[in-house]
Amino acid sequence: MRIITLVRQVLDAEESVRVRGGAVDLEGSKLVMDTMDEYGVEEALRLREAASGETPVEVVALAVGPERAEESLRTALAMGADRGVHVVTNELLDAIALSAVVAQVARGEGADLIFCGGQQADWDSQALGAATAERLQWPQATWTSQLERKGSTLVGKHEVDEGSETFEVQWPAVVTTQQGLNEPRYPTLPNIMKSKKKEIRKQPLEAFGIAPRLKVLGSEIQVKERKRKILDGKDASAAAAQLVKMLREEAGVVA
Amino acid sequence: MILMVAEQSNGVLSKSAYELAQAARQLQGELPNFGEVTALVLGSGVAAAASAAALLADQVLVADMPALGQYDAEVWASAVAQIAGEGEAQVVLIAGSRSGREYSPRVAVKLDAPLLEDVIRLQCESFGEGAGVVLRAEHYTFLSRVTERIETQAPAVVVTVKPGSFVAAAAGTTPAEQLDVDLQLPQKRLKVTGSIQEKTGRIGLTEADVVVSGGRGVGTQEAFAELVEGLADQLGAPVGATRAVVDAGWRPYAEQVGQTGKTVQPKLYVAVGISGAVQHLSGMNKSQCIVALNKDADAPIFKITDYGIVGDVKEIVPALIAELRK
Ligand SMILES: Cc1cc2nc3c(=O)[nH]c(=O)nc-3n(C[C@H](O)[C@H](O)[C@H](O)COP(=O)(O)OP(=O)(O)OC[C@H]3O[C@@H](n4cnc5c(N)ncnc54)[C@H](O)[C@@H]3O)c2cc1C
Repeated sequence: MRIITLVRQVLDAEESVRVRGGAVDLEGSKLVMDTMDEYGVEEALRLREAASGETPVEVVALAVGPERAEESLRTALAMGADRGVHVVTNELLDAIALSAVVAQVARGEGADLIFCGGQQADWDSQALGAATAERLQWPQATWTSQLERKGSTLVGKHEVDEGSETFEVQWPAVVTTQQGLNEPRYPTLPNIMKSKKKEIRKQPLEAFGIAPRLKVLGSEIQVKERKRKILDGKDASAAAAQLVKMLREEAGVVA
Repeated sequence: MILMVAEQSNGVLSKSAYELAQAARQLQGELPNFGEVTALVLGSGVAAAASAAALLADQVLVADMPALGQYDAEVWASAVAQIAGEGEAQVVLIAGSRSGREYSPRVAVKLDAPLLEDVIRLQCESFGEGAGVVLRAEHYTFLSRVTERIETQAPAVVVTVKPGSFVAAAAGTTPAEQLDVDLQLPQKRLKVTGSIQEKTGRIGLTEADVVVSGGRGVGTQEAFAELVEGLADQLGAPVGATRAVVDAGWRPYAEQVGQTGKTVQPKLYVAVGISGAVQHLSGMNKSQCIVALNKDADAPIFKITDYGIVGDVKEIVPALIAELRK
């Protein structure tokens, strides 16, 4: 069994976003592997560990992005992934275009299972997993919060519009992750050392014949002006009375 | 043709269908040569929803089949792509619900169309022979901190619309024609073996005018029930929660607000004992008026607060409830 786990490098959630010249400026900001993708790497490693011999599992981490995206691949390798594939490009690919790259790599690798994040922390997109599944004509399980392999079947639980569902699906399949799926491990020092020797195969995007379908015209940080009237609550009743008065008379949001 | 997939739940047309109708009418107004607004209703036992949709669109296509009794991404995508393909839809509008955002990418791939996700604004620039339609849209990126303007041009474009971004269209008085359609549907491959409806007893978190949410600062599950639910009851509001609270098992996941939970945009959002992590803010930072109660004056939530009190929620919340009762 071969698992591809997608890793995307995004702005650390703790960092503030800056816009320059109509685009988000990541220069000098701390970039990390998308947390949603960490869940995917961890889950792939757990499936490999659970397989113990009968059918060996190989975990391949895939990144599509600029040179610096290699850092996230290295993190995945240090967590335990076997090797990496890096499709190098400075182009901003939307999820539909990106899915064509992922599907081609998956075919070339003969992958049986793909993990990707339920939502990307930069494009706020949820489309990648389903679009990739469609291109491969595979089923998908999205927002997965529990997963287990039983032979050729994946048994799990995922979140839907209201509540959650338990499911079964035969692989090959695409699984998108959700919080709660697992607690991603930290790379240990020996594993970091080992990962340095692991292979990362580089391919230029041009080899895939993909063109982005969306054009970004501009970006803005729209900060809604907030009143920031913060009261001291030492005298709880007085503060409560004043707050309710403001909500009624000034904001008009309470009857 | 503009195709809008009118979502229904238990035979009742969803609020999102009215919002899609508004978006569809706006596009139609911008460029009359779009032709008809066609609503597609999918499900089993959906006559009432179809009749309601007939008051919103120029034409309604109804696929009322047992096989559509339960949502499935592959089945839905196949149904929508068949109708869009046969009707040569230039724009396919889909609600930005969790399911809509799940099957829409498959529709886009089937139609070889670009996908505009979770848009808050939509505008048609031009529409010419061969060149296809040029659509511009706005959507949020970077955990809802950035508003991005995007453009695409293609013979057909798939769009998901963020809930609450368009006002609900008013229903007309003359119902449009309803046509039954027959569809070739694929086998379901994701087998649903059980369903856990997280009953919260309180509905409409994403549609409410007022939302009261609690965080870890509330202290315990019991205190949450007393303080957060108490305040919510007083304000006639549903309850929201942070991930920390959901992880602790105090509240069901269905109530989680944030990046991996629900997005809310009420007139009033009250944050009780919530620190204001980016992932939480991404689900509520578009609220009209934000009130925060937190004992730490430096808590990040206060940066986006309109009205706040620095103090212990165990004292502040009961005082607030008492004051509101007056
Ligand atoms: C991939 C990912 C996705 C995530 N998605 C979400 C999401 O969808 N939603 C979400 O909410 N989080 C999400 N998180 C988690 C998020 O980062 C925060 O950990 C979480 O929001 C914190 O919850 P909290 O504010 O309840 O708890 P804390 O951060 O612990 O804050 C508690 C607050 O209560 C205050 N307090 C304590 N005692 C009192 C008292 N007696 N009176 C008044 N105030 C008091 C404290 O000052 C503090 O500010 C996500 C994280 C990741 C990595």
